[in-house]
Amino acid sequence: MSGAAFDDSEINQDDSQEDVMTPAELIAKLEEAWLNEKFSPELQENKSEVVECVMEQLTHMESNLQRVKKGDTKASIHRMEVDRIRFVLTSYLRSRLQKIEKFFPHVLEREKTRADGEPSLLSPEEFAFAKEYYDNTEAYLKAVALKRMPPNLQSIDMLKAVPEPCLDSFVFLRVKEKQENILIEPETDDQREYVVDLEEGSQHLMRYRTIAPLISSGAVQLI
Amino acid sequence: MFCEKAVELVRELHRLRDGQLPAFNEDGLRQVLQEMESLYDQNQADVNEAKAGRSDLIPSIKLRHSCLLRNQRCITAYLYDRLLRIRALRWGYGSVLPANVRFHMCAEEVEWFGQYKKSLAAFMRSIGGGEGLDITQDMKPPKSLYIQVRCLKDHGEFEIDDGTVILLKKNSQHFLPRWKCEHLIRQGVLEHVLS
Repeated sequence: MSGAAFDDSEINQDDSQEDVMTPAELIAKLEEAWLNEKFSPELQENKSEVVECVMEQLTHMESNLQRVKKGDTKASIHRMEVDRIRFVLTSYLRSRLQKIEKFFPHVLEREKTRADGEPSLLSPEEFAFAKEYYDNTEAYLKAVALKRMPPNLQSIDMLKAVPEPCLDSFVFLRVKEKQENILIEPETDDQREYVVDLEEGSQHLMRYRTIAPLISSGAVQLI
Repeated sequence: MFCEKAVELVRELHRLRDGQLPAFNEDGLRQVLQEMESLYDQNQADVNEAKAGRSDLIPSIKLRHSCLLRNQRCITAYLYDRLLRIRALRWGYGSVLPANVRFHMCAEEVEWFGQYKKSLAAFMRSIGGGEGLDITQDMKPPKSLYIQVRCLKDHGEFEIDDGTVILLKKNSQHFLPRWKCEHLIRQGVLEHVLS
């Protein structure tokens, strides 16, 4: 998806931001976040600034489209572009929401035990949604069954009851920045651990757990 | 045999793997809860005896306790799996459930669904800081600008961007811009014809 359809001269860059991105760079960032979120087994860092900027972009493009003469062929191409960007954005947000719902007690626990300096896993709205989902589900289970059970069985440890994401699942990745001495843990008893170097531009299939920190640092991209 | 009824509940859902929601098995649930109550009462009695010296009762106490845990686990699995199916309905059908589905839900499930809808709506409205974004739309990547659609019900007149008005009569087919048809397809008025 090229940024050629954007009308650069009309876009107001937010001057209060320190690093100003071109629309093409913004969409590239959105696509990276989307693919990383889609292919990783656990929830990634939240990118609400990207989401907000893309929303602004979409509103701007929609209003441009309203002003264009009817029947203009360029309009359909712009319209297609808007639809594509909106699909990527909604798919990204859906991906996140699905993981939040699937692993809700663990996601909330991670957020609770997060150190002060670390970036947030959930946006404030996602956190509110996760908390509501937890409370809603717990209240439901209590009302329908748990309160009718013997006294010592009237509660459930959600952290134990809901499975955790499988961090050992394999993911495809492309290396963006060269990495040296990545330690690969043995999978079976007769294997030994070993190190690999990841060359820039190379593609690999590895266990998520091994390269998880490299995703947030931007060193690798899941594909 | 203990826990049979609980396993039957789980099996009931396991049989319907396509995500259908069967009627809420209030009867089955009640039977399992009754079994749990009787197991617990028997254990209470035996625990007192065991404390008084009868340590030969300890294996049966442990057995009943495992059965109690198993019943709890099966019930929670049954209830939670139903919730997941109900949640899928919000994403598939929309916020108004068809009557035949609602009939299969117990009152607490309807309540859960209402809360879930509200939560989701609040979240969608908060996206981006403006009017929000309906992420239950745009479920498939846009493939083409125009699509062939067949009209499933009479819908009357429909205006498209360049001003032309189309009459949507049942069984008529049209070649229309995709973005205009999406919501009508979801409502079941139009059907995307894949040739």
